[in-house]
Amino acid sequence: MIDILVKSVFQENLALTFFLGICTFLAVSKRVETALGLGAAMIVVQSLTVPINYLIFQGLLVEGAWGWAGLPEVDLTFLKLICFIGVIAAFVQILEMSLDRFAPSLHQSLGVFLPLITVNCAILGGSLFMVDRRYDFTESVVYGIGSGIGWALAIAAFAAIRERLRYADVPDGLRGLGLAFIVTGLMSMGFSAFVGVSLP
Amino acid sequence: MSHKSPLALWRRFLALPNDSRAKTLGVAFLVSLVAAIAVSTTAVVLKPRQDAHIQAVREAKLAAMIATLPGLADVMRETGAETLETAIVALDTGAIAPGIDAAQFDFLAAQTDPAQSQPLAAANDIALIGQRPDFAPVYLLRGADGLALVVLPVYGKGYQSMIRAYLALHADLRTIAALSIYEQGETPGLGSRISDPAWQALWAGKQTADAQGQVTITVVRGAATSALEVDGITGATRSTTGVTNLVRFWLGNQGFGPFLKRLKAGEF
Amino acid sequence: MRTSSLHHLTAPLIDNNPVTLQMLGICSALAVTTSLDTALIMSLALIGVLAAASTLISLIRRHLPASIRLVVQITIIASLVIVTDQLLRAFAFEISQRLSVFVGLIVTNCIVLGRAESFAMHNPVWPSFLDGVGNGLGYGLILMIVATIRELLGSGTLFGMTVLPLTSDGGWFEPLGFMLLAPSAFFIIGGLVWAIRTRNPAQVEANDFPIVTQTAEDQP
Repeated sequence: MIDILVKSVFQENLALTFFLGICTFLAVSKRVETALGLGAAMIVVQSLTVPINYLIFQGLLVEGAWGWAGLPEVDLTFLKLICFIGVIAAFVQILEMSLDRFAPSLHQSLGVFLPLITVNCAILGGSLFMVDRRYDFTESVVYGIGSGIGWALAIAAFAAIRERLRYADVPDGLRGLGLAFIVTGLMSMGFSAFVGVSLP
Repeated sequence: MSHKSPLALWRRFLALPNDSRAKTLGVAFLVSLVAAIAVSTTAVVLKPRQDAHIQAVREAKLAAMIATLPGLADVMRETGAETLETAIVALDTGAIAPGIDAAQFDFLAAQTDPAQSQPLAAANDIALIGQRPDFAPVYLLRGADGLALVVLPVYGKGYQSMIRAYLALHADLRTIAALSIYEQGETPGLGSRISDPAWQALWAGKQTADAQGQVTITVVRGAATSALEVDGITGATRSTTGVTNLVRFWLGNQGFGPFLKRLKAGEF
Repeated sequence: MRTSSLHHLTAPLIDNNPVTLQMLGICSALAVTTSLDTALIMSLALIGVLAAASTLISLIRRHLPASIRLVVQITIIASLVIVTDQLLRAFAFEISQRLSVFVGLIVTNCIVLGRAESFAMHNPVWPSFLDGVGNGLGYGLILMIVATIRELLGSGTLFGMTVLPLTSDGGWFEPLGFMLLAPSAFFIIGGLVWAIRTRNPAQVEANDFPIVTQTAEDQP
């Protein structure tokens, strides 16, 4: 379990190794507080949707799941994309409504990027990796938490760098987004160093 | 209630306030229905075309691989053989299964059908395929002097996709004539380079097993140093490891091993 | 009206480009740009899905209850993507093999949902359609530029045809392997943003802390 956790944070960081969820990554990383807020939201969504998607996948989609209804040959795995997205969308909608009620300033600063968590490739990617690697329930929970933490770590570190860059003397055209792309590229090169690390 | 035309009912439905329960359920249901119809219709209507494509690709790859093997075009000409002789073997025993029609046998379906395959214990499943079909096709090419070539369909998990290939062995059943990968979904530009003809050509002439008969053919990192090794591809280690594992699996006792033993003993 | 229609089509090309200004659709821009033909097909697929999705969502926008808004949009987009994927596999099989998972990832391409939320939900059908096509073209433009650079410098080819003969084939060009790795796409897009903003200073972000140089008058 520990190695799944550590791997999902460092070696297989969803943002910096697989480049999932980059749009939100670049857009919501101007201030560390907003980045941490989004990171926390991502951890919550990821830790809950990966196990839920596991249950749905095993309970409804795999071949033999409908055996109790007398249809053991039915294989609905081709529906996994739309099912997972549906679950994630519903989840994010609930999250949006709760944030609006309990943390309106965070809701305001996240703006259009809160509903965009739904299509954040990192969330869907996490569920698809869970299917691909055939994790069981506990591993799904650990993987959900770990990959969420990894993404949050990446965006928080990135926001910290960008905050400092605001004081730098950057050429006009490169300021902001242009430099953000280059910094992300450098960060991902740095994270690729973790690939060789393996825990005993 | 007086008779209401469908159009009037529809207009009434549209006129409902968006947040009413009836409207919410109605819109959700209608959208799902239209989406479901669109998706299933497309999938069903296009399936024959897609299957034909897959079949055509598979046959073309097989024909192309055969055509490029040196001396093979000649052997086929001499014996007048235009196609390979297909046989369905039972993988557990390595014997040819007499009752199965080779033309009707659907290997792809058998790979995931629980009625036609056995689950593999994790220790045996080095190709990460989960279950192994009970029967598999093999293709035998005979020349004037007897068996010239054996072609085995092999598959296994790469980095992010199932890799499918044909492994052709010379008559000594230890020397590889060719490896032809015809299906993979690995990382474009990196793992997908296992499909490069230049890389696949490296497999020709390699030995599958050492002097003791242990199957140790490996794709190494960097350059190969012996006939039991194949050059690696930078940035595609996991994909090439997948290829190594699938080749070893299917040459081993869980795969075509028993069949190859029988073939060597001259049974067919 | 004609001016504003054309505006929807042309604005997203440079002035309001989804990738370089709106920061949408970046994930796939990194993964599919190692070669030009995958970039081209991906762009075409996205233009199709985006135009269709924006049109459909704009059609039903007045009757979409707020509580299920997101889920309905996603359902429409996902269905369109599945249909596109099926069509590709039936009529352009080889290319679809190369694209494999990336067509499926159009579902999560932020551009589609982003434009649906910001434009199609609040505008009539024809402008939404044009907006969809325009943003798709803007996305495609960036993809093609990045793919050209990456394929040319990474493998010496364009659309698979050799332009710079590689040393491994007896030529003179030593390919830049780095171009085949994803971070290179980041650097190229960063450079593109720089180029666009140098030409188009309106897009430059304001400097929060401009450095003030000391002048002679400040001397005591």
